[in-house]
Amino acid sequence: MKPLIATAVFAILMMFASLYAKEKRSLSNFAAILMLGLVGLNIWELVDYTHLLKSADADPYLFKKMLRVDNYALWFNVLITGASLLYVLLFRRSIEGVGKHVGEYYALHFFILCGIFLVSSYNNLLILFLGIELMSIPQYVLAGSDKHNLKSSEASLKYFLMGAFSTGFLLMGIVLLYGAMGTFELNGFNFYKTGTLSVMGVLGILFMLVAVGFKVSAAPMHFWTPDVYDGSPTPFTAFMASIVKVSIFLAFMRLFMEGFANMDPYWKVMVLGVMAALTLLIGNITAVYQQSVKRMLAYSSIAQAGFMLFVVIGSDVLAMKGMVLYAVAYTLATLGIFAVLVKLKDYTYDGFNGLAKKEPFLAVVAAVCMMSLAGIPLTAGFFAKWYVLASAIKQENTFWLVVFALVMAAVSVYYYFKVIIAMYFKKGEPELSTPVTAIDKALMAIVVCAIIVLGVAPEMLFSWI
Amino acid sequence: MLLILLLIIPLLTGLVSFLLKDPKAVKVWSIFGALVTLIVASVAFCGIKEAHALKVDMQWLPALGANFSLEATAGTLLMTLLTAMAFVLVYLAQWNKTIEHSSRFFALMGLSASGLMGVFLANDLLLFYFFWELALIPVYFLAGQWGGKDRIKASMKFFIYTFFGSLLMLAGLIYLYTSTPDYSFAYSSIATTGAQLAPEVQGVLFTLFFIAFGIKMPIFPLHSWQASAYEQSYTPVTVVMSALMVKMGLYATIKWLIPIFPNVDKIFYGVIMTLAVIGIIYGSLLAIAQKDIKRLIAYSSLAHVGLMIMGAFSQNEFATEGLYLQMFNHGIIITGLWLLVDIIENRYQTRNMTELGGMAANAPKAAIALVIITFASVSLPLTNGFVGEFLLFLGIFNSAYECKIWYMAIAGLGIILGAIYMLNMVQNVAYGDKKEMAVADLSWNEQLSIYLIIIVIIVLGVYPNMVLDLL
Repeated sequence: MKPLIATAVFAILMMFASLYAKEKRSLSNFAAILMLGLVGLNIWELVDYTHLLKSADADPYLFKKMLRVDNYALWFNVLITGASLLYVLLFRRSIEGVGKHVGEYYALHFFILCGIFLVSSYNNLLILFLGIELMSIPQYVLAGSDKHNLKSSEASLKYFLMGAFSTGFLLMGIVLLYGAMGTFELNGFNFYKTGTLSVMGVLGILFMLVAVGFKVSAAPMHFWTPDVYDGSPTPFTAFMASIVKVSIFLAFMRLFMEGFANMDPYWKVMVLGVMAALTLLIGNITAVYQQSVKRMLAYSSIAQAGFMLFVVIGSDVLAMKGMVLYAVAYTLATLGIFAVLVKLKDYTYDGFNGLAKKEPFLAVVAAVCMMSLAGIPLTAGFFAKWYVLASAIKQENTFWLVVFALVMAAVSVYYYFKVIIAMYFKKGEPELSTPVTAIDKALMAIVVCAIIVLGVAPEMLFSWI
Repeated sequence: MLLILLLIIPLLTGLVSFLLKDPKAVKVWSIFGALVTLIVASVAFCGIKEAHALKVDMQWLPALGANFSLEATAGTLLMTLLTAMAFVLVYLAQWNKTIEHSSRFFALMGLSASGLMGVFLANDLLLFYFFWELALIPVYFLAGQWGGKDRIKASMKFFIYTFFGSLLMLAGLIYLYTSTPDYSFAYSSIATTGAQLAPEVQGVLFTLFFIAFGIKMPIFPLHSWQASAYEQSYTPVTVVMSALMVKMGLYATIKWLIPIFPNVDKIFYGVIMTLAVIGIIYGSLLAIAQKDIKRLIAYSSLAHVGLMIMGAFSQNEFATEGLYLQMFNHGIIITGLWLLVDIIENRYQTRNMTELGGMAANAPKAAIALVIITFASVSLPLTNGFVGEFLLFLGIFNSAYECKIWYMAIAGLGIILGAIYMLNMVQNVAYGDKKEMAVADLSWNEQLSIYLIIIVIIVLGVYPNMVLDLL
């Protein structure tokens, strides 16, 4: 897997580059070039494999069946790397502003990407573990990288301690599953091997559910999310909330769709359904009471995770498409709103007052992103929610869950639109912390156009699946 | 082709308005766009006998089974005509006024016009939902940015209430979609699927859809957003909300609710008729108690819509014809009322009836217009309001309900109450003895729009067959 090795190499290159770089901007430029190269590598890989997989004796398994490569995973990798490129270009100034070790920050991002590539195409639970750890440990460091801010240290410590604890759960779950199934491989799980339901296997699933649920901030494992997202430096929050979160969801979906497929679907819907309902409830209700937009976005990411859990509940082709669409829509909207947030000095709702008059372009970007997160038609978020809910509704006993999810979506409109109200209907003098350059505007325009284009014709995204 | 034009022309007008900076240029451009839309709507309306030939069916999302499919029946073309007319009249009346951020205002109005047209014309369930929401968003921005002091709260309540209803409809929509044999949103397959579902399931879906439409109309318990939203928004926006969005809800009921769930327990219909009747009396009583003329007309709108809802659920030919006609008539009448309210508010700087008076002495044309439009609202014979309401009553009489006589009696009481508050309003505003306030009479553009409305009122009141023949 070329991109996998390349990412690790690029990470090391970034670390060495920080020795030779005279100024932070050259490190950012270097990171952007490497990321562009990574996008190219992923596209090359996708095109390569599409040809390869068409031949009759195509073997999608690599490394002794530890990785499974298919169109879906490779296309997802392309999209994630593209999003990371967008992120690196949009947030370069704020990443440089976080601290002295800019090269290391970018290196950590590349390591996280390495973990993402592992986690999107794993077939072996040990690789899942490796990938998740590769994604998490750099995040612990990134969360605490603002050394002058006590909240940042608190975020890092909370994340590390709770993350380590959940990794313990993950490992225990994997071990129990191995004990029950005799194999680590996803496609080798059979819960009814002995005729009756294997209790050790079910225990293994539960442990793994807790662990993976922690990573995606599903309730009741969501308590770390607000403090960590709020305390981390804003650009890193943007990366964590968007790119990392959707990647772990992909792992989650693969785990349940391929690994635990022959589990009784009713039981699966019960546990996951309750989790999704609880996540939506807690995420949306607490977000209503927030005063700071950054913290509101943290809680709203919990609520969005609740929606993405529906992908795991309805595990079929529609759900796979929904996963990709939700990933792209959610990532674009999150990156867009964080790009606007990073430019403002005051992160509370009052800091947005009157933004439409002072910076109309930023206001439009923020408005479109908020509408996409709320699921208003004509934005990508609507179709994302559509696919996700349509896939879930076909399972038995999920109709009232879907109705509940939509009621919660109505609640979410309130706090998303509070931002729009502050920008357009209230008067104020918002202060910008950094000026908006033409490149920023061009990138934000790309984000807005992508959101609206996907809101009208979402099928463009599925041509590679 | 005509139908696509009906959608695209307001959309383009709106989008281009965003770019124009000069307020005069924006006004000219918007009125030009609205006139072109009116011409297209009239042409379509004239060809009403071959309405089915105007169908449009294009591929949109083939994998989902959603097509960009528009279809018009006679009633639909009446609604699109109403929409086009209302926008022209509103823009005409605003000609001599300056609006803050006028490019944004006219752009949002254009977008909402496009959304409204789409709701009436859409023949594909997903497309319908799309346009349903699209009609809502610009109106939310319009209501929140221009208007009275409490407009932010009022518009937020309006938006969340309506959006909540739409999301409930979305749940039902998704279920209906997944139940179609071939995963399609087309009207024909949705209708056949809905009819084949079990009555209990139909009942649940019926409730979900009805809550969404009922919030829009609004029907009695779901109406609390209406008075403050109408009162606080800027009057041209109130015209859009009251004359047009209400008709969205009613039209959706006759197209997307009743035909698709034919086997629901008849008790649902009974409950809705009762709620509508309660709404008529409740709205009228509240209107009598109002001092602010905008709130008064808002509550009167609740009362009028109650009667139309009763017609929608009466399910016979008279009721349907009456409903379409009354939708058109009510749209015209209420546009006239709102325009006059705007004129009164501009001249007198107050909407409180205790402070107004004596308009007839200073502005006789406005006073006479107010009197005529009030008579139309009270359904005096010779005005179009009478014809519509008469047909609706006939429809209720011909329906299959046991308590239909009671319904008719109480609704008739509502008409009497309507006379009370409307004539009281005219008395307080136009007559009475506060003659010292000298105000300007109607300007030429206001005269043009009001007189056009009066002409429609009287012509349709005297010769309604013009429209009824076509329905």
